[in-house]
Amino acid sequence: MKEEIIIAGFGGQGVLSMGKILAYAGLMNNLEVTWMPAYGPEQRGGTANVTVILSDKAISSPVLDSFDTAVVLNQQSLDKFESKVKPGGTLLYDPNGIHHLPTRTDITVKAVDAMGAAIELKNSKTYNMILLGALLAMRPVVDTEAVVKALRKTLPERHHHLIPLNEQAIEKGRSLVQ
Amino acid sequence: MEEDVKLMKGNEALAHAAIRYGADGYFGYPITPQSEVLETLEEQMPWETTGMVVLQAESEVSSINMVYGGAASGKAVMTSSSSPGISLMQEGISYLAASDVPALVVNVMRGGPGLGTIQPSQADYFQATKGGGHGDYHMIVLAPATVQEMADFVTLGFDLAFKYRCVSMILADGIVGQMMEKVVLPPQRPRRTDEEIRQQCPWAITGKHGRKHRNICTSLEMESPKMEENNLRFQAVYDEIARNEVRFEQYYTEDAEYVIVAFGTVARICLKAIEEAREAGLKIGLVRPITLWPFPKQVLADLAKRVKGMLVVELNAGQMIEDVQLAVNCSIPVYHFGRMGGMIPNPTEVLDALKLHFNDIK
Repeated sequence: MKEEIIIAGFGGQGVLSMGKILAYAGLMNNLEVTWMPAYGPEQRGGTANVTVILSDKAISSPVLDSFDTAVVLNQQSLDKFESKVKPGGTLLYDPNGIHHLPTRTDITVKAVDAMGAAIELKNSKTYNMILLGALLAMRPVVDTEAVVKALRKTLPERHHHLIPLNEQAIEKGRSLVQ
Repeated sequence: MEEDVKLMKGNEALAHAAIRYGADGYFGYPITPQSEVLETLEEQMPWETTGMVVLQAESEVSSINMVYGGAASGKAVMTSSSSPGISLMQEGISYLAASDVPALVVNVMRGGPGLGTIQPSQADYFQATKGGGHGDYHMIVLAPATVQEMADFVTLGFDLAFKYRCVSMILADGIVGQMMEKVVLPPQRPRRTDEEIRQQCPWAITGKHGRKHRNICTSLEMESPKMEENNLRFQAVYDEIARNEVRFEQYYTEDAEYVIVAFGTVARICLKAIEEAREAGLKIGLVRPITLWPFPKQVLADLAKRVKGMLVVELNAGQMIEDVQLAVNCSIPVYHFGRMGGMIPNPTEVLDALKLHFNDIK
């Protein structure tokens, strides 16, 4: 098993932390993992992306030119990464702010209104967990139990009371694609 | 098992490994892409556990001179920075080398020249392996390709520095500093006691303790015949290091027709390119120098007798290629493929470069 994933959007959307939780969940499932960020000097407003590789064998390059799965959260990222999804792969995107829709027909394309769902949950910070839920529903590369363990590992203890809300967000994300 | 295996950035692993080595001191100044080293050390507060000093100096020049002072007293001390900061340290590194004192210097390279960019690079190869500072000296230069090696090379770097009384450098690219992977940290070692330092480092400035003579650590020697003797001593040590400490890895070289030579994370990008090439039936191999100085000349010279050509892939305009060309003595064609300024090649670009230079690779 090997899954090569790119998550791309604006800085501040939780792109890097979503990747981090996915990577930790891989660790919990005893997979080999790499998490490689690419972002500019700006904290917010600039583009940010992270490559996460989960594999049951040793991972060679952390730098990739094609991906099994792409999660894209803005138009720039869609323009950049749609063509880089491997044939038969998965493209998941948030339609908010997308003017030019994806055109590929040889991959599975799914729009997930994660922003709308986050507003329903009355917490915009659940945005990336909703997307993670949607991603895991389409590509079950790690189990939910591992994700919850990962949240416990990555969140500072003072935020542990938010874990149930994050679980709820993951379930919400799952329901959006099922 | 979960408890032992951690997921962390290369920079974080390096900081944890320094504490666990039992290092006595870290002196540094923040700079992207290695600021997590100092940040992690400050978070861990080792001064409250092992007694390790962690100090943010006012500049890189101060950092390296604090290292000089600590090293002269036999302490295991280190600094880390990124390219522009390492340039500022060159005078101090030359002084350390000339004073026969051990130290660990870490360079997590970013794109240059000048302030350049904060993105990854390997453009400080010449600086690290050919001197950098003035005078005839060498550092042992270790190039990690994984987060695990970022941790392991702290131990190796310190051990070699103390064995040969020289400066070890970990020359990492920004990728391995910033990426997260699984890592198993070394066990916690106690810091050496003053008594152990006196026994293991009889040259160190620790007070006379009944000895008649004074220990002096200095790089200054005004009498030329003595300074030449010093130089001969340094060179004898470098020869010994070159005999004993060459490290490298090779993949798929047994039947290779062409060989890629690359270090650090770039070697892993090339390995993926080679895995793809092998699926297409192309016989490509990889040599990854782990010590950039001493350089693994012999393996390349041996391979040159049976392969048709080599491609050197680096994040620079062509630096290690000079050492590869020297190693193979121009007996086979050696080409270069590089990206600069923080750009990183992907596996397809590496394959394209191979095809561009070697016509029978299709």
